[in-house]
Amino acid sequence: MVMLETKNLGISFGGLRAVDEFNLTVEKGQLYGLIGPNGAGKTTVFNLLTGVYAPTSGGFFLEGKSLAGKSPLEINRCGIARTFQNIRLFKDMSVIDNVKVGLHNAAHYSIFEGLLMLPRYAAEEAALEKRARELLQVFDLDGEREYLASNLPYGKQRKLEIARALATSPKLLLLDEPAAGMNPNETAELMETIRFVRDEFDMTILLIEHDMKLVSGICEQVTVLNFGTTLAQGETSAVLSDPKVVRAYLGE
Amino acid sequence: MQTFISTLIDGLSLGSLYALVALGYSMVYGIAKMLNFAHGDVIMIGIYTLFVTLGALGTSPLMLTLSALIMIVFCALLGFTIEKLAYKPLRTASPLSVLITAIGVSYLLQNIALLVFGSRQQKVPTYFSLGSIYIGGVQIELLSLLILAVTVLIMILLSLFINKTKLGSAMLAVSEDKGAAQLMGINVNATISLTFVIGSALAGVGALLYAAKMPWVGPYTGSVFGIKAFAAAVFGGIGSIPGAMIGGVLIGIIEAMMNVFLPDALSNASDGFAYLVLIIMLVLKPSGLLGRKQIEKV
Repeated sequence: MVMLETKNLGISFGGLRAVDEFNLTVEKGQLYGLIGPNGAGKTTVFNLLTGVYAPTSGGFFLEGKSLAGKSPLEINRCGIARTFQNIRLFKDMSVIDNVKVGLHNAAHYSIFEGLLMLPRYAAEEAALEKRARELLQVFDLDGEREYLASNLPYGKQRKLEIARALATSPKLLLLDEPAAGMNPNETAELMETIRFVRDEFDMTILLIEHDMKLVSGICEQVTVLNFGTTLAQGETSAVLSDPKVVRAYLGE
Repeated sequence: MQTFISTLIDGLSLGSLYALVALGYSMVYGIAKMLNFAHGDVIMIGIYTLFVTLGALGTSPLMLTLSALIMIVFCALLGFTIEKLAYKPLRTASPLSVLITAIGVSYLLQNIALLVFGSRQQKVPTYFSLGSIYIGGVQIELLSLLILAVTVLIMILLSLFINKTKLGSAMLAVSEDKGAAQLMGINVNATISLTFVIGSALAGVGALLYAAKMPWVGPYTGSVFGIKAFAAAVFGGIGSIPGAMIGGVLIGIIEAMMNVFLPDALSNASDGFAYLVLIIMLVLKPSGLLGRKQIEKV
């Protein structure tokens, strides 16, 4: 079953064609890598897929449903969640509150029930707390749940961002350079976490990464972008040994 | 000593009024990153509403409750409407355009009041006549205590709302990072609207308590009071909710003390001295008492 499909997706900023004719098919449950040199347009693709930018050409589909042109809010509610290259946690909020923000739409009570603290508010908030703690336990963050997010060590902030994205109950998770700034041990642990998330949450994951060990370690398929166009696409090992790809990364 | 204590209580009650209004400035600033200069004028419109409804309905307890409710709802709707019509279209405009628009809205409201009620100060019917009590020889106005009690209660409720409900945490998330909040499924526009509604409803409560203390209203009543509340918000650290509370209370106490203890020749300039304290404070700590230092990332 196809989870995500993009058809000739493209965007121009003025005269600059940042992403051009981008075609991608991600199957449900797949771990898919998006790689390419700096400035190739990888994060722009993520911004298109999450509605931060509206595409100027082409479109994309989540389980067959067209999402191009929808707002980030609508797209999130349709089932796409993401993390950020430069971590964007709510730094002044506690670890558990960050996750609760992600769970926001899972609680159903009106503003009046909230203002007056009626029974339904209490029940829903208790359920929220429980789910948030379950998620934190999965990521081994439950012990730090009352810490301010900004006080967590770097690797844990990355994990918390993944937990927060998962809290919105997505069908597709986009990870933007999850291993950036991590040492080899942290990266190895992260690979385990990503695999675990895929299996445990039955998740489809599309990730941007520069760390080739991580990409070749966990991604089944990859697409290589260069200057906004697709350079190569297919099975990870085949693509990574493609001379064109090697040249794009290492030069002539 | 007795004068000191009764002045302190006066200052506390005045300051808690400032705090209530400062909260409106601070919450809106924290979430929409704009200075809503029309906030003070919402209070003025609130007092006029009270003037009209009390005049029409009378001041019996039932009618007073009804008038107060009508007025607070009206203020909340006014805040909602101002945000929708004037500020929302400017969501991506430069901060300067938004600031000028806010000043424009402020003058618009003042001129509407001028048009409808004229420039003369109007007397709002007296509705709380509580008198005063003596505790250990200190005369304390019951109204001051009532104002203090109501504002403390409201602040506790507001803190609970912000820290313990999903809507409150959505507000905090939006104030930190609108983009990320939106990508986590938070409706940013609805959250900003909610902030304006809460802030304006608080201004309504402020209007009710203010007019009980000073029952005269003119088109500029709100802007003078609003500027002081704004100063209180800056004093406490704009964007910070506890900061607005503390800033308001301190400005109130300073003002009351200046009024009483400055030599007669200077007491007319007590407002000036209150602002002097503000300036000194801002020179020493530009982000305000509880404000956090803004670190611009490059």
